[in-house]
Amino acid sequence: MSAKPNVEMKSTAEARVLTRAMPRSDGGFLGGVLPPLVALAIAAVVGDLLILTFGEAPSTVFRLLVEGTWGNAYGIGQVLYKTTTLTCTGLAFALAGRAGLFNVGAEGQLAAGGFGAAMMGLVLPAGTPAFLAVPVCLLAAMVVGAGVGAVPGALRAKFGASEVIVTIMLNFVVLALLNWLVSAKLRVPETLHTALIGAGLVPRLSDSFAMFRGSAANWTILFAVAAALVSWWYLFRTLSGYELRAVGLQPDAAEYGGVRVPRVLFVTMCLSGALAGLGGMNFVLGYKGYYEEGFAGGAGFLGIAVALVGRSHPLGILAAALLFATLSQGGLAVNAIVPKQLTDILTAVVILAVATAVPEVQQQLRAAAANVTAAFYRDARQGVQHREGAES
Amino acid sequence: MSVQTEHGDALAIRMRGIVKTFGGVVANRDASLDVARGEIHALVGENGAGKSTLMRVLAGLYAPDGGTMQVNGRDVTGWKTPDAIAAGVGMVHQHFMLVPTLTVAENVVLGREPTKGWRVDTARAIAEVTALSRKCGLVVDATAKVADLSVGEAQRVEILKALYRGAKVLILDEPTAVLSPPEVQDLWTVLRTLKADGGTVVLITHKLDEVIAVSDTITVMRAGLTISRFPTAGTTPRDIARAMVGRDVALHLDAAPRVPAVVSAPRGPVALSVSNLSVISDRGTSAVDRLSFTLNPGEILGIAGVEGNGQTELLEAIAGLRRAKSGHVQLGPTALDGLSVRERADCGLSHIPEDRHRRGLILEYSIADNLILGQQHRYSRRGGLDTDRIARHAAAQIERFDIRPGIASLAARALSGGNQQKIVIAREMGRDFSVLLAAQPTRGVDVGAIEFIHAQLRGARDAGKGILLVSADLPEVLALSDRIAVMYGGRFVTILPAAECSAELLGSFMTGAAA
Repeated sequence: MSAKPNVEMKSTAEARVLTRAMPRSDGGFLGGVLPPLVALAIAAVVGDLLILTFGEAPSTVFRLLVEGTWGNAYGIGQVLYKTTTLTCTGLAFALAGRAGLFNVGAEGQLAAGGFGAAMMGLVLPAGTPAFLAVPVCLLAAMVVGAGVGAVPGALRAKFGASEVIVTIMLNFVVLALLNWLVSAKLRVPETLHTALIGAGLVPRLSDSFAMFRGSAANWTILFAVAAALVSWWYLFRTLSGYELRAVGLQPDAAEYGGVRVPRVLFVTMCLSGALAGLGGMNFVLGYKGYYEEGFAGGAGFLGIAVALVGRSHPLGILAAALLFATLSQGGLAVNAIVPKQLTDILTAVVILAVATAVPEVQQQLRAAAANVTAAFYRDARQGVQHREGAES
Repeated sequence: MSVQTEHGDALAIRMRGIVKTFGGVVANRDASLDVARGEIHALVGENGAGKSTLMRVLAGLYAPDGGTMQVNGRDVTGWKTPDAIAAGVGMVHQHFMLVPTLTVAENVVLGREPTKGWRVDTARAIAEVTALSRKCGLVVDATAKVADLSVGEAQRVEILKALYRGAKVLILDEPTAVLSPPEVQDLWTVLRTLKADGGTVVLITHKLDEVIAVSDTITVMRAGLTISRFPTAGTTPRDIARAMVGRDVALHLDAAPRVPAVVSAPRGPVALSVSNLSVISDRGTSAVDRLSFTLNPGEILGIAGVEGNGQTELLEAIAGLRRAKSGHVQLGPTALDGLSVRERADCGLSHIPEDRHRRGLILEYSIADNLILGQQHRYSRRGGLDTDRIARHAAAQIERFDIRPGIASLAARALSGGNQQKIVIAREMGRDFSVLLAAQPTRGVDVGAIEFIHAQLRGARDAGKGILLVSADLPEVLALSDRIAVMYGGRFVTILPAAECSAELLGSFMTGAAA
């Protein structure tokens, strides 16, 4: 953890660096939590104004929102279900972000992970005991997700291709491929989903606690929480995590410190994809019991917001995932009196407020933009060097 | 002082008492410059002497904190870039500002495009640029994409850009740094053509042969001041070198307590040997050119030279950060060719990098975490970081190297420059090593820390380590080194025992004046 810089500043160059860094290194727990809370407050105010334009009382709407989410077991179950997926995609984005990578591909990785889990569940003989089948399916989800993450990782590590562009494009490729596979080969006639999976299903919470009846909440959430804890340990307590963060903070210094930067970039993209892929289990094995076209439904992209609001810290991501899951579920709860898109707007306001208020988020976004530009200029410069090589 | 200064009318540029500070750093203090109309004026001085700043003030990029300036007799103090361009003052920067995907013609006319209705008249742009380039002798294909140009051609485009905007006063900031010798000759031809047309040129450089070759008048800057001004005719490179580096060397540092026996005694194994090493720079030009030397144990070999003559690339190649094009590096009995950075470090190579903010430290990391950078694999157990050992290591190094404040969990960013550098020193010198690459070890560091770092370097030398010292600070090189090599254009111009060196002598080698 960083502490307050209270040292006398020797040179002005240092002083300038310091002042620029103040808002960030002045952190501590409060400094880390305050900006998201401010963002939430801003979102609440914007929400109030919007509700007023619909001619409703904000207090009524917000009460409804809270009652529909945290007010009853069903609501809580739904929130927990959504939290699970968002935690996984948020972790995926954050892990990559810590290495200076901007993984926009969680949507495709999530879908692929779900597909991998479904295939493994269909292949395993029905009735395979859960203690065997669930870990195998989990592994399948993570491996397939990692496979999708490996593509931009390898292209970045080998050729310096911007992972921003590659992941965006790969989303289309992966989703289209999966849709084709399902609709052409695997679907049950008249539907958009595969046959019911016989092995590796994750029990629902309602199987153990009757009050959650009807909600999609299932024990995959334990895997998501475990993933958050392992991610924290990996990032902050392992050699690989030390090197990963070094690459993200100062790639030149990491290189100087003997870190093989391209290798770290590749491995991190694979791990990021695996985390997103893990999230696919939630819907496929925990909720429906089959793979369905388009189940990801934007949870991969929302993971970016989760990671930004959670400030790329695994525990912060758990909290942020809860928040966004609440807003998402709350939209359905208030739909009776105001359009449910209200909560989408609140989500957007939270993201915008955080992106504006938190310097490291700005930095991350700027780095992603610079990354795209750099890839472009490198190509241009290679032209120059090529020409020079030809001349000499 | 030349005659023209008496007649304000004949002066294209007249700057008086210019002061420019950045925060607490004074870049220009009381700098004055007189440039006559129709002359090529060389502005020379070491790195950091304030040449570029003074010219940026003139071009309107910076507002001066004090002083006055006139262009063609008109007071223009504190003008802005558009005013300067409108008045015909154009500057060609060290780093080009061109759009790589556009053509030469498009780049040149950018912002002043000839139009046909609401569209850019491309044909006319090409015709105009071609005509202009032919008139000035700036040969470049107007329809070529800038991305496809060589560096020399790109620079011609920059000059064309300035001329297209009607520049009568052209400022060139170290134009030859990126050029090959034939391209330099072409540039001189262009400048002479401009002069013949009544244009005025201010040329920033620190290469003395160029000054002699092309300029009419010289102004020398040192430490933000304009020291002297004299006509080029009748001046020798040595005169200019003396004006540039002439300073009180003895005042800065105590003489090194050298061990003469160490210098002369022939030894068996060398600590580091470099043979026929060639390295390519980021720009794709040759940075280190078939360089060979050896470094003995118990010796500090100082490399003096103006920055950008291959020192950075040389050290990076030895450290494994940059691939050598050809040649061999051997550390004691071990050939380093093809080894990774970590493997080289494990062989006993330490490296104080020249830029601690970019390479030497991870500023967000704590002191403790920075103290293991490069050694992190030695502080892990089955993949997990051994936090106890890292903490104990940090406590010991903070104590031994007197890093303040001695709070191991503090982010490196929060420390002063001197203490940041002590972290690097502690990490690289606080472990087993046989050879140390020390690049600018005291740059931006306060006096107390400089003393401390010098003592550490001397101590390591006396303990039998080989140290390769690169520094832009001549007095430092003189005070610490046993032998001194001067690097120019990717080669060692000379290697001399330090006892035979003086700042003046090195200065003349550094600028390529003596050979």
